[in-house]
Amino acid sequence: MSDAAAAKPMTEATASAAHPAARVLMRRHRVRWWEFIPWLAAIALYFAFPHYLGFGSELLITVLFALSLDLALGYAGIITLGHAAFFGTGAYTVGMLAYYGIWTEPIGGLLLAAVAAGVIGFASGLVLLRTKGLTLLMLTLCVTALLEQGANMTRGITGGFDGLNFTIAPVFGLFEFNPLFANTQYLYTLGVLLVCFAFVRTLVYSPFGQSLTGIRENILRMHAIGSPVRHRLIICYTVSAALAGIAGGLSAQTNDYVNLATLSLDRSATVLIVLILGGYGRLYGAFIGAVVYLVLEHFLAQVYPTAWQLGLGLLLVLIALFARNGILGLGETLWRRYEARRAAS
Amino acid sequence: MDLVANIAGIVLGGLSAGTVLFIVSVGLSVTMGLMGFVNLAHGSFAMFGGYIIVLAMNRAHIGFVPALALGFIATAALSVVLERLLYRRLYRAGELDQVLFTIGLIFIFIAVTIIVVGPESQTLQLPPALSGQLNLGFLQYRTYSIFLIVIGFLIGIGISLAFERTRIGAQIRATVDNRRMAESLGIDVDRLFTITFAFGSGMAGLGGGLGAEFLGLDPQYALKYLVYFLIVVSVGGLGSVIGVYYAALLLGVLDFVLKLYLPVGGTIFIYALTILLLLLRPQGLFGGKET
Amino acid sequence: MSETRLETQALSRQFGALRAVQEINFKLDAGARHALIGPNGAGKTTFINLLTGVVPPSQGRVLLGGRDITATTQAERVKLGIARTFQINRLFRGLSVLENVCMAVTERVGAAGSMIYPAGRRTDVIDESMELLQTLKLADIARHRISELPYGRQRLVELAITIGLKPDVLLLDEPAAGVPSAESHIILDAVERLPAHIAVLIIEHDMDVVFRFAKRVTVMVSGAIFAEGTPREIEANPQVREVYLGQAGHA
Repeated sequence: MSDAAAAKPMTEATASAAHPAARVLMRRHRVRWWEFIPWLAAIALYFAFPHYLGFGSELLITVLFALSLDLALGYAGIITLGHAAFFGTGAYTVGMLAYYGIWTEPIGGLLLAAVAAGVIGFASGLVLLRTKGLTLLMLTLCVTALLEQGANMTRGITGGFDGLNFTIAPVFGLFEFNPLFANTQYLYTLGVLLVCFAFVRTLVYSPFGQSLTGIRENILRMHAIGSPVRHRLIICYTVSAALAGIAGGLSAQTNDYVNLATLSLDRSATVLIVLILGGYGRLYGAFIGAVVYLVLEHFLAQVYPTAWQLGLGLLLVLIALFARNGILGLGETLWRRYEARRAAS
Repeated sequence: MDLVANIAGIVLGGLSAGTVLFIVSVGLSVTMGLMGFVNLAHGSFAMFGGYIIVLAMNRAHIGFVPALALGFIATAALSVVLERLLYRRLYRAGELDQVLFTIGLIFIFIAVTIIVVGPESQTLQLPPALSGQLNLGFLQYRTYSIFLIVIGFLIGIGISLAFERTRIGAQIRATVDNRRMAESLGIDVDRLFTITFAFGSGMAGLGGGLGAEFLGLDPQYALKYLVYFLIVVSVGGLGSVIGVYYAALLLGVLDFVLKLYLPVGGTIFIYALTILLLLLRPQGLFGGKET
Repeated sequence: MSETRLETQALSRQFGALRAVQEINFKLDAGARHALIGPNGAGKTTFINLLTGVVPPSQGRVLLGGRDITATTQAERVKLGIARTFQINRLFRGLSVLENVCMAVTERVGAAGSMIYPAGRRTDVIDESMELLQTLKLADIARHRISELPYGRQRLVELAITIGLKPDVLLLDEPAAGVPSAESHIILDAVERLPAHIAVLIIEHDMDVVFRFAKRVTVMVSGAIFAEGTPREIEANPQVREVYLGQAGHA
């Protein structure tokens, strides 16, 4: 039954290229002009707000964290409240290695963080992805709580509630992390985000990414076309975990600090809100959600924390009822209406 | 003799905490099994009822039993309002929307509680009849704890019997088993759910008040115990009263023992055990169909 | 020379006290055009579910091309060459017709696991999918999302996906069910034009379709095989007529 004919050379124009539907598919992965905007904006921020680069780094890290969640949630449809498990694993990996003087070099540290988080992701994925719905959600919470309590229990090593303070070696041995002027932190984080984003984008437009969409849209049909669904989900979850681990590692590196808060329910819930706010399954939702959420939080949460929580709650209820696809989703709906009106006139 | 008393004391302590978990969670299990709605805000109803009960007793000087009744009714009423206005719109929605909605509700409940009452935790004043100690022969133990254990047992029996013997219980069981079939038999599923939701939330409110001493009562209640409620419901098996009962008692005892002997990080074993249990039996101890 | 492509031996399935499928011994040869008929609740869909691995049997075996596949999963069986359509469509409603078919073809050629290059570069997959759509006269709506299409066309996409898997054995669960009669001929035409070597089993209620399409018919009642033969033989069988009292027959 397998297709004996080898794949045709991949970039030749073919007969179906004449058909608009085929052309859409063949061109989908091409970079569009507006995709440069977030990156230009990020660079502009470096020059325009030199005193806010600490906040800027936090923003970029949140984008990466939300992006990792988007892979699992937005593309594979795995609903999880436990992504902090991987963030925290990455953070603690970097933190403990640096604290005990085993490894302070930043890029290697991130790779180790990715591996550690990926291992946790793979192991928990094997177990969790047999379940679904409420049980799966509950298990994601359990895994995070388990790690949190484990870190608490071994507070002799992990620093427990108080956490660990440490120093990271300069990037490439040249660029030092300066706690007062976050220039290096910001550019370093931006670079890491760019690399990770390129990876995620490639993944999303690949056949693998397409099959994740299929799993999210109709898992029963995927089984019925011979797709090894569980394999795909576990790989996706592992990659998502590794990326979240990198985000956690970045957080530890830019703050020179790690503690139990990196493994908290609060952290998982926040990244979920960020992603939903921006719009899941849309790659750039992570960017928009992070910007909107963090900016609002920065101005409102310090001053009126209870009102902030109330507002956030109301926002979530409204999103669940009326705008489940977040800001990007709303944008798409408006754009479609505008286009329909243009076509009609 | 001492050792037995010691062990008995610990077990009784765990059982009372577990009973509270049961009373709060039984409603979640039934509504989850009935409608498949992921109501993470269930703990908020428990908190709401708890506050009503405690404030009624402490500030309005209402008696213990009337306050309990008030707590149950007020929570049930609130749940009906929210169900009709909001929850109902999301029954057909995906799980993600339900999760978002109920997390939003949790935040709203927390904020409103802080604004109206304040961030401090509340304590329940026990009526004199239930304070003090009870002589069990080989052990003197807190009257209130014994009271809770007995009440929880009676509630469990009561609800089980209601499921088996009453018409509405039969309707619920039929709908949990096969919703379409139940609808075609003329069962008003919408009304059924509102009633069940009201009862379950009322129970939660009752548990929130009764258990104020064991689980505490502060604005963060719903978030603090979210995982525990979900564990009890999943491990017990959705829709199974007896399952929730055993799971809640087990969790209560384990949590009590671990907090006593391994106060820092001891609860890790609860999470590990839950993961293991659900790995071996994804539908829970007493769960019906595999999800 | 016709070889047996699909075979069951004493295949049974109980749900508690309900014997949904009882001791079925069934054979399907290469190139077969075989119809499975029977009253509602006879166990036909359960039988298909057993063949495709959606439901495990209580007893008995399923063999594909002589090989015992009873323990394999649904996805594994698709890879081995057996595919089916569902009575109620299972499509990717938010995706376009072309994307739906590409999903199946990508899976079949083994490209679906690749993470490195864009899916758009697999022009072989896209070409093949477009050709398939053209054969089924779906090319003009290739770009439309499933949710925008009339039911008859959706049903045809369901068929297209399954054909895209290039199975040796194809099981069709009431392919024209729910399709307005004005559109059902499109589907039946497509079914008629299926490649000759594929073994096709079709569940049907409409005897016109059975007559038009099937060379052999199996009648299933209460989970067991009631009768088997050519369409003429079955139609002339008085016991079959009795069982079908009240059902639409062939005048």
